[in-house]
Amino acid sequence: MYRYDEFDQQLVNERVAQFRGQVGRRLSGELTEDEFKPLRLMNGVYLQLHAYMLRIAVPYGTLSSRQLRMLAHIGRKYDRGYGHFTTRQNLQFNWPALKDVPAILDDLASVEMHCIQTSGNCIRNVTSDQYAGAAKNEIEDPRIVSEIIRQWSTFHPEFSFLPRKFKIAVSGTPDDRAAIRVHDIGIQIVQNGKGEVGYEIYVGGGLGRTPMIGKKIAGFVPKEDLLAYLEAVMRVYNMYGRRDNIYKARIKILVHEIGVEEMTRQVEAEFAELRKAGALHLPLEEVARIETYFRPPSHENLPDDSTELNKAVLADRGFANWVKSNVAQHKVPGYAIVNISLKPIGGVPGDCTSDQMDAVADIAEKYSFDELRVTHEQNLTLAHVRKKDLPAVYELLKAHDLATPNIGLITDQIACPGLDYCALANARSIPLAQQISERFADIERQHEIGELKINTSGCINACGHHHVGHIGILGVDKKGVEYYQVTLGGAADEKTAIGDIVGRAFTEDEVVDAIETIVTTYIGVRQNGERFIDTYRRVGIDPFKESLYETH
Amino acid sequence: MKLIRNGAFVEDDFITVGDEDQLPDGAVIVSLERWQAERETLRARNAPIGVRLQSGQEPGPIADDLDRIDLVALEFPVYRNGRAYSYARLLRERHGFKGEVRAVGNVLRDQFQFMIRCGFDALEVADNITPEIWAENAGSFSLFYQPAADGQETVLSLRQRLAARAQEKATA
Repeated sequence: MYRYDEFDQQLVNERVAQFRGQVGRRLSGELTEDEFKPLRLMNGVYLQLHAYMLRIAVPYGTLSSRQLRMLAHIGRKYDRGYGHFTTRQNLQFNWPALKDVPAILDDLASVEMHCIQTSGNCIRNVTSDQYAGAAKNEIEDPRIVSEIIRQWSTFHPEFSFLPRKFKIAVSGTPDDRAAIRVHDIGIQIVQNGKGEVGYEIYVGGGLGRTPMIGKKIAGFVPKEDLLAYLEAVMRVYNMYGRRDNIYKARIKILVHEIGVEEMTRQVEAEFAELRKAGALHLPLEEVARIETYFRPPSHENLPDDSTELNKAVLADRGFANWVKSNVAQHKVPGYAIVNISLKPIGGVPGDCTSDQMDAVADIAEKYSFDELRVTHEQNLTLAHVRKKDLPAVYELLKAHDLATPNIGLITDQIACPGLDYCALANARSIPLAQQISERFADIERQHEIGELKINTSGCINACGHHHVGHIGILGVDKKGVEYYQVTLGGAADEKTAIGDIVGRAFTEDEVVDAIETIVTTYIGVRQNGERFIDTYRRVGIDPFKESLYETH
Repeated sequence: MKLIRNGAFVEDDFITVGDEDQLPDGAVIVSLERWQAERETLRARNAPIGVRLQSGQEPGPIADDLDRIDLVALEFPVYRNGRAYSYARLLRERHGFKGEVRAVGNVLRDQFQFMIRCGFDALEVADNITPEIWAENAGSFSLFYQPAADGQETVLSLRQRLAARAQEKATA
């Protein structure tokens, strides 16, 4: 993985010094909370319902064991012994004291981490595929370009006060695990007819109040031109994005209002100028330098089939279920990708205790080349595990309640913090996710239902990505009572779709039964073991409407 | 309001005039609307002239007049509105403007360095800003990842020089 050189480290150190000064001015009373707000919002410090929250950047979701151990330490020393992994592959601490934040930043800087641009109207942490470097059909490791974008966007003087926050995601495989088409910019790594690697660019995707799917504005941007192209998109957005209404300020609204042709024309015109000026030309030697950090680890030559694995699958039903749902194919024979569920039955999606972080760090060190990834679905991934080690890894994870065999299944839910933490929420998300998890706790039944993603948001800002859940749940407030609106058919993969509202909203008492009804209806009409989303695409919303509302 | 020009606290030698005001002698700053309405007269004046652009008024329309314009003032109606960062870079890098680019409006100390990087060489700041505060904030960072209007060497270029030097040593 990427390692800081002296320049990267110095910049982070200078940022810590600057923020320490700003916190000092706030604590001494020199700055009011209002004056401090724009400063803390440049560094991932939010004021939530009960306390400050600190968001730590995990660039493109990659962590070393050493970094994860430091996060465990921070959780223990400055928080309540746990952290929360987010849908942006970051980690949040919900209870730090403001006076401790500079010391936390020192600890982070000592392991090449920071909170830079984890909030504010700037280019946020770049997100990517958790299977980077391990996926079978990968054209190029997406972390290379993600790191190049991280550097270019860090303290960008022109783009630190954009109309609104800005999120970029990169995918290096045709099947999209990074949800690139619901990002402000989605980058798909592609190969042209001459075998050259370049970038397909989508703009204007996003969720929130006005969900939109990103539109393709470039089919092939050559490597050397990527930064010039991105700067062109950013400049058009910075100059013409709306600033009169916070809810219409994202780039998706600009693209929607002027149309994709006009957006493409403006970006192309700006790109031509920037390309001519040449300052952003990306030398291929620099790409190669970054690439050396992401070389594949030294995999052993192994037979693809492992007798240890096969034996354990036959001997242990729990292990077999785990392999079926949590283990994915690796490009190297004899290796596998292990997904660690942070969705135990009845748990809080994405929460991880400091002890669990230490355990995962140890397992990653011993069994997966000392690194791991955070996924945008709020789980963790060990990208390079020998198949013959899977039984041992499973036992270790199980001992720390980290082996729930439910990746991609109905209890592997995404949920925003909701009314339990968030000042914006209308309704609780976490307790609802917990109830659904309890209802479908039976693991055999979960496997029988198959792949089904439930996403829950506590308000229309959609941090729980409800629009792109196969089943989406949105908390709304009607005269002080929490209601839940249900959508069906959303997806965030290469066939991205916004879910359809199924009908009137449900009360808290009704909504879990409604999910049960949806699942039962699906089981009744599915053919040949098709996934929920495929059944929905085939039969549409009517059978679900009928079963949900006709009897009422 | 205080004016900082090239790092020094100075008296403002320009007078900003309203669209209906009579033009005083000496250096003035007028709105884009007035510049466009009285372009010929203003061009012919024998005194320095500045044009003030609001957020939403990009510099393209005055590009052909930059030979006669001495100062462009770019407005920040609120610190969150960052359009003028792009306008400043366009003035410097696209249109080659060599005159003064002045930040006016809601300018926070934490933005000084971003503004300098984008090509502002003059900033109107709040009265509580001292030379110490200026010095501290104008130089918060000593390294820069991306090229901008200030011509600062980028981290990439530093890396390339380091690598070249290492190679020289190796071959020597």
